[in-house]
Amino acid sequence: MIADQAAAPVRPIDRRFPPVAELATVSLALVVVGGVLMASYVPRRPPLGVPSAIAVVSGALVLTSVFLLSRLKPFAWDRFFLVFRWGLLAYVISAGMIAFAFIRDHTRGAPLALVLGMLVIFAFDVPLIIGFTVARYARVDE
Amino acid sequence: MTDVGRIPAEIADAAAGPPRSQIQVVPLKGLPIVAVVVAFVIAAIAGNWLWALVFCHVVGGGLWTAIDLFLGLIIGPILGRLSLPARAEFSARFMPKMVLLMPTLVLMTLAAGFQLALRQGNLAPTSHNHVWLIVSFCVVGVMAVIALGVLEPANIAVLFEMRKPVPDGEVIARLMRRFLLTAGITGLMQVATLIIMTRVATQ
Repeated sequence: MIADQAAAPVRPIDRRFPPVAELATVSLALVVVGGVLMASYVPRRPPLGVPSAIAVVSGALVLTSVFLLSRLKPFAWDRFFLVFRWGLLAYVISAGMIAFAFIRDHTRGAPLALVLGMLVIFAFDVPLIIGFTVARYARVDE
Repeated sequence: MTDVGRIPAEIADAAAGPPRSQIQVVPLKGLPIVAVVVAFVIAAIAGNWLWALVFCHVVGGGLWTAIDLFLGLIIGPILGRLSLPARAEFSARFMPKMVLLMPTLVLMTLAAGFQLALRQGNLAPTSHNHVWLIVSFCVVGVMAVIALGVLEPANIAVLFEMRKPVPDGEVIARLMRRFLLTAGITGLMQVATLIIMTRVATQ
């Protein structure tokens, strides 16, 4: 009986996970705040101090999220990467359109580099959250 | 292990919807339409084409707001009172369409709206509309975080769960709870957007 219980797999919904999606969502919220700050100065050149600090914190959060994710064993990695790569394709297109709008409106130099950095985080964050949310409810053998 | 919260296989099979393994998370037939819309928005921005920018912003924004409010205020409460198989069948047919429709409408509205604001000079610090537009950026920012960080992952995870031979009703219920928790915030934000945009258009 005890052996049976020990061998029974834990249902995905009962398993506890580190805050991968939560950290990535805060990271996403930060790049959105940074983006709003930058956009609110268009067509003028925005001050870069606060948006840069926001981008650095956001980047650190997404890296922490990836680190926590990479330590998950067992995990439905096939399911994660299936969703992640299609999500990445979709959000690279979205981010590319936003970048195009900024370039079209003559954003150049350091402000453009900062916007592009934030867009890279954005395009990575969303597929990461979607992929993790799908894979955490998948059985490892699925 | 208990089966409480799971959709029994016979109920799942009894639903007249598509076989579970055939539920498409992303309806591939819709992708060419999305590609055409995205190409049209890019052309409108590249050419700074007033009619096309207004069209994309007004049509996209109108549909986005209306669909969001209609879902939150009308469809959501009805869906909540349906039986589990009926809810599952509705969601299996409805949610894949939303996976394509909503991001496309959001992209169309925001990209065209930003370009339109620049073209009309509404973003200039001296414009009467400058403050309203900054407030609208904040409103859209809140909606974007909720939509991209909370709702879309839940939507896609529900679809994957429903493709399983025996979907776990508890997982679906937990994910669907996110829609209920955020419906009030997104509804409030959409009403704020309507107020801001009608102010901007009439100043």
